[in-house]
Amino acid sequence: MSGRTEGVTFEGSTRRRRVLGAGSLEGKTRLGKGFYRIPAGERLRPSHGVGLPSQPMRSHAPHQLSDDQRIVITGVGLTAPNGNNLAEFRAALLAGVSGVRPYEIRYVGKTLAGICTFDPLRYQTKKDLRRGTRAGSVGIYAANEAIRDAGLDWQAIDKSRIGVYLGVTEHGNVETENEIYLLKGYDYDTSYWSHHHNPRTVANNPAGEVALNLGITGPHYTVGAACAAGNAGLIQGAQMLRLGDCDVALAGGVSESIHTFGIFASFKSQGALAWHEDPTKASRPFDLARNGIVVAEGGCVFVLQRLKDALACGAKIYGELASYAINTDATDFVLPNPQRQAECMRLALARAELRPEQIDIVSTHATGTGQGDAQECQALREVFAGSDKTCFNNTKSFIGHAMGAAGALELAGNLPAFEDGLCHPTINVDDLDPECALTTLVIQTPRKLPKVEYILNNSFGMLGINSVVIVKKFSR
Amino acid sequence: MTPAEIREEILDILSEIAPDEDLSQLDPDKPFREQLALDSMDFLDIVMELRKRHRIQIPEEDYRHLASLQSTVTYLEPRMRDLVRK
Repeated sequence: MSGRTEGVTFEGSTRRRRVLGAGSLEGKTRLGKGFYRIPAGERLRPSHGVGLPSQPMRSHAPHQLSDDQRIVITGVGLTAPNGNNLAEFRAALLAGVSGVRPYEIRYVGKTLAGICTFDPLRYQTKKDLRRGTRAGSVGIYAANEAIRDAGLDWQAIDKSRIGVYLGVTEHGNVETENEIYLLKGYDYDTSYWSHHHNPRTVANNPAGEVALNLGITGPHYTVGAACAAGNAGLIQGAQMLRLGDCDVALAGGVSESIHTFGIFASFKSQGALAWHEDPTKASRPFDLARNGIVVAEGGCVFVLQRLKDALACGAKIYGELASYAINTDATDFVLPNPQRQAECMRLALARAELRPEQIDIVSTHATGTGQGDAQECQALREVFAGSDKTCFNNTKSFIGHAMGAAGALELAGNLPAFEDGLCHPTINVDDLDPECALTTLVIQTPRKLPKVEYILNNSFGMLGINSVVIVKKFSR
Repeated sequence: MTPAEIREEILDILSEIAPDEDLSQLDPDKPFREQLALDSMDFLDIVMELRKRHRIQIPEEDYRHLASLQSTVTYLEPRMRDLVRK
């Protein structure tokens, strides 16, 4: 690639932009080495209007790949506010069971949250819990469950060939808040600050705790990607498998965010924290009465393998990664950009060599905010305008927003559709917002589909990160 | 605090730091590390708990005195004799 400007026309900005590539400099004032002033009133826009790069794309389509480049999901481990394994979670999604409950946290007081009920002592000692973090526990539970589900021979497997890649929206806020709270009792004398603070708050902590717990000596790290992190973790795992850096990837996302008052307080200050007298009705994407986000905790870890390895060990295959894409709005810290969201979906579709009408289910990102939901629907209408077969649903309406785990959990909850042919609904849509009125939005009750071959999973986040994962029903 | 009370205090701290361990059979004269799964971070926890509970500052060069239950009690006795166990 000759530079970042390739495939993009400079149409304007009064901001100084560094010109990294060979894009046209006509009409731009040179400000210094590599910097030009771009005519006012204009902004960066893809020159071709469809958001696809002008460079040749590497296809992700399974039929274009060899078996050692095809990536399949062979295990799922999760904890969600309404289920502690995939079967429970799926049953709750089909039965309309919410996992949102009353919750109270220091300084903020009474609020609502999606709270997980898994038993952390199933895979950890009391000392592990004391020393580690909630995000670590969530990851350890989900990873162990995933390994069990995949039926991996854990004693025989080479632990140096396993990689752990967990998406996180944030990490360290919980421990930092706790330490400062306790330090206040010692008049802020930092000699009382815990020596556990650093290992608990390093950004790789949740993945590192998983590796410690399971004796994994391959690579481990987290992927910080705001609320797109669940997809980003999955994508990272797939990429590392394709590169040959590992033979098994434990990939997905985790969130402990309900234990930090800051996230509640910040959403509240932003006017984006949901409230409803009935907690189970508080998370209501696409409904006219939606009033914000319900913060949730959770985790989901997928066992990813190259198809060749999965077939060799006779693994059960939940689905095959058909494509993915990540892009960036570059327009705002918080506000989404439907044009970029649409571009991200189109890029994933193009890499999969798919037309929009081939997608059977779109798992939407919508969080229950006024603007965010409407803008995602705008992007969805644009991309799926020609498809009346694609159904849309939303998992956050059941569990709230599980932040770094959201993308992975929302994909996991839809995977059983390959087998049962059901699109789980979006609950709490009592009065559909006309701006969100997607004609094939599945609300209140599951919908039986004639077939489910492809699921597209949207996951977007602050600072304008967009991610899309497409999973295909496995077939040779 | 009497030596017996200091001993109880140390055992209470250990029960928090090593909640999975059975402390009832702890030999007071044998090093903790030979009997319990304690690492350097755990010993720092003992130091921190004594600081938090009793405002006792233990300099790093004295950490070696915290090797066993008996050596810890012996080391702490002159520092805690005027304290009252809460």
